[in-house]
Amino acid sequence: MLAYLTLILLCQLAGELVAGALSLPVPGPVLGMVLLFVLLMLRGKIPQGLDQTANGLLQSMSLLFVPAGTGVMLHFKLLGEALLPLGLALVFSTLATIVVTARLMQWLSKEPQDE
Amino acid sequence: MNNLQDTWVYLSASPLFHLTMTLVAFQVANYGFEKAGRNPLLNPVLGAVILLVGMLLITDTDYDTYFEGAQFVHFLLGPATVALAIPLYRQWHQVRQSALAITVSLLAGSLTAILTAVVTAWIMGGSLPVLASLAPKSVTAPVAMAIAEKLGGLPSLTAVLVIVTGIFGAMFGPIILNLVGVRDWRARGLAMGTASHGIGTARALQVNETAGAFSGLAMGLNALATALLLPIIWGVLLVLQSVPAQP
Repeated sequence: MLAYLTLILLCQLAGELVAGALSLPVPGPVLGMVLLFVLLMLRGKIPQGLDQTANGLLQSMSLLFVPAGTGVMLHFKLLGEALLPLGLALVFSTLATIVVTARLMQWLSKEPQDE
Repeated sequence: MNNLQDTWVYLSASPLFHLTMTLVAFQVANYGFEKAGRNPLLNPVLGAVILLVGMLLITDTDYDTYFEGAQFVHFLLGPATVALAIPLYRQWHQVRQSALAITVSLLAGSLTAILTAVVTAWIMGGSLPVLASLAPKSVTAPVAMAIAEKLGGLPSLTAVLVIVTGIFGAMFGPIILNLVGVRDWRARGLAMGTASHGIGTARALQVNETAGAFSGLAMGLNALATALLLPIIWGVLLVLQSVPAQP
């Protein structure tokens, strides 16, 4: 378990280093994900301990957004002032993005047995 | 008696207290979510945030004090993002098969996210800093904040808009996807990750592993696409906007 948590942190650290040093527009953890993915490809399978460790993190992923979300209390005033433009834009744009992406993807990747 | 009170005053400002409250609030919100058959409208992130903001306002605690405890949870976002490599690896044959479809759909989704947000807020009279803070709302927080700063927005406002977008997408995404008849897990996951980054991905992972893998992939790719596309689009919008303003 601990060994694989170490591996995950090392991947993140390497990702942060590369992103920072080359000032890439991608965040360090996303590069870390790519690095771990490449390591898995080289290895050819997922070690059982890594599977468990990763599952532990992914199962509780929703929880991890709570501290940042609570930061909403810092912006009550600004959010109140621009409530209509922000609210409408956010609602419309999020739904439009989901519909466009999903419909296009379903249409483009349609397999014969689907219909 | 006094001892108890002193200890309580000390503990209520300690990181342990706010870390524990973060987990308790989430457990409460998640209990309701599970009880309701994982109804997306009872999003546990939203529930926990409401409970915590209420508690902090009532006890007159500032966010910095709260975050001293909550940062330990916040920190795990990075490792969790790295861990998305596992579902991605497991679904890799599916991803590779539809590489072209993914690329096209993702670019279309990324452009939709940027353009519909900026144009809607612009029509509704949003100021330029508000538009710049809103434009990268569908992208994972650290990237969105960096982009907003570059465009002249407020990174901390962007962080909030990113979270709200994530929660909103996780709540209403599954409903709208049912409405428009998208049943393919690859398409559903890709859409959730493109529109609602990690929060959409967390939701997708709970429902289906294929959806989770495609969502995590979309989250990473949309961060890249938006970081590259948005500065260009923003430049064009600024030119367009200045034309009618100068008679």
